[in-house]
Amino acid sequence: MTEPATVAIDGNFDRATTRGLWATLRGRLQFWVSVVLLACLAIIAVIPGILSGFFGQSDPRSCDLLASNRPPGPGHPFGTDVQGCDVLANVLFGTRTSLFIGLTTTAICLIVAVVLGTLAGYRGGWVDSLIARGADVVLGFPFLLGAIIVLNTAPDRTPLLLSAVLAFFSWPTFARLIRSSVKEVREREFVQAAHALGFSQLRVVLTHVLPNSLAPTLAIAATMVGGVIGAEATLTFLGVGLVPPSISWGVQLSTAQSYFQLAPHTVVFPSIFLTVTVISLIMLGDALRDALDPRGRA
Amino acid sequence: MWRFLARRLLELVVVFIGVTFVIYCAVFLLPGDPIEALGGDRPLPESVQQQLREQYGLDQPIWQQYVNYLGGLFQGDLGTTFTGQSVSEQMANRWPTTITLALTAWVLTVLISVVLGLVAGLRQGSAIDRSVLLGTIIAESVPVFVMGITAQYVFGIMLKWTPIAGIGDGWPRAFILPALIIAIYGLAGVSRLMRGSVIDTMQSDFVRTLRAKGLARRSIVGLHVTRNAAAPVVNVLAIQLGSLLGGTVVIEAIFNINGVGQLLYKAIQDQEGTLVVGVATTLVLIFLITNVVVDVISSLLDPRIRND
Repeated sequence: MTEPATVAIDGNFDRATTRGLWATLRGRLQFWVSVVLLACLAIIAVIPGILSGFFGQSDPRSCDLLASNRPPGPGHPFGTDVQGCDVLANVLFGTRTSLFIGLTTTAICLIVAVVLGTLAGYRGGWVDSLIARGADVVLGFPFLLGAIIVLNTAPDRTPLLLSAVLAFFSWPTFARLIRSSVKEVREREFVQAAHALGFSQLRVVLTHVLPNSLAPTLAIAATMVGGVIGAEATLTFLGVGLVPPSISWGVQLSTAQSYFQLAPHTVVFPSIFLTVTVISLIMLGDALRDALDPRGRA
Repeated sequence: MWRFLARRLLELVVVFIGVTFVIYCAVFLLPGDPIEALGGDRPLPESVQQQLREQYGLDQPIWQQYVNYLGGLFQGDLGTTFTGQSVSEQMANRWPTTITLALTAWVLTVLISVVLGLVAGLRQGSAIDRSVLLGTIIAESVPVFVMGITAQYVFGIMLKWTPIAGIGDGWPRAFILPALIIAIYGLAGVSRLMRGSVIDTMQSDFVRTLRAKGLARRSIVGLHVTRNAAAPVVNVLAIQLGSLLGGTVVIEAIFNINGVGQLLYKAIQDQEGTLVVGVATTLVLIFLITNVVVDVISSLLDPRIRND
């Protein structure tokens, strides 16, 4: 008998928020532009070989040294790089790597932050202080410095390792956000009602507190995927990120930088893909934030 | 106030120890033996290696090494590199370059974002407002190094306005481009904050009173709104000063500027552990101290923060 009542309270709250969010988003051009761009990128990431094969060369690792740094032309719409590899094929396969790193990092980060943020916000006391100090330590590193130091000591830098390191340096922002929103939700009447009904702590947290605390992180998560993709490319460009056999925009750009004047197309195309990806994710995050917090726009 | 200050300082010490320990472990637990690497292709005799290890304390457990390092640090000794040079000396002639770069970038951030925020906020909802918002999002999204190499190409190679790399031309010619790129990165956040703050101030009671008494719009904006709206922005700008130092590490690599970032970079590649730790420690220390100073200043301005 008690079950439907609490579900109704939560359900109403949630559905109303979702409906309001959707109504706001639906009317925003910014939202649709970023969604369409991201959908295209997702398709590229799933079938890069088929798409690049359609334009000529489907294998990013099949290279012809005699055709080094050729400008765009038939068979190689984006030209070839210094090793004679097809730039288009590399750019398309790089999409997969970048999205993988962006999404994996954000996922790891969210899991860690949800667990720690909820613990801190729900328990309070020394658990809260301990997690807060841990977050302080991680935030004590200036931008990318920590990642540069840690990654440089890693012997074998795979995309997964890069994700783990980037996640390690980015969880505190999320954890703080979740903590403060859990703290707020915890005091709400429906949570107290659930407690009064005798539900276990875990059940209250999982079914009542968390679903109502996660909305604000949605916007930041989208922005973060973009930020992580940019950070990966930057680290790779600096020589402490991914290394060749991995295919990534960062790897392409760090090689191409030396031949900038000779073969500008090797720099231009990966840069465009990288920038468009990051912009659409940040625009998506921005649109979500506006919809979630209309006061921000005023 | 004193309690607040004491608490913040205590937090600073805890965080500082935590951060330096992470750095220390990351650097010295790495695979690869720096002493062995000293000899290159012709390995040093085992006895010499052993003596060098003892001399640099590398035979001790990591926590012992770390405690020794902290001890030296409190006496202002950042240690010596494996080639026998003092770490502080190595850094001394690099810091001015990095600080000049960071300060130039910071001043540019302040000027550009305050103007953009003011213009957008005063014409809320207009085409200018929307293009400022969109423009800053786009500027923030372009990765720093992409912007760096593009700017090098356009301004350095095509237009020949600025040197392509290096700081041979001195300030401001050689610094303006790298500083601008660092500045653009922080622009989006600050100009948005300024915009929001201007909108709030324009709607406040005292502005309505000023309007009612017939003061010209120019004086209202110039004298009253700007000053009041800037208050919350100052806080963020000060915090940015610390993180700008991190941004310079990336930019120094692209523009080949001989600052602390490049030193850190070279030290990492040469496995000069003490130098890596030294540079990273000072960067972190500056970053943390800026944050505490900002907190203290803003708590003086707004006592409500202290009870947070």
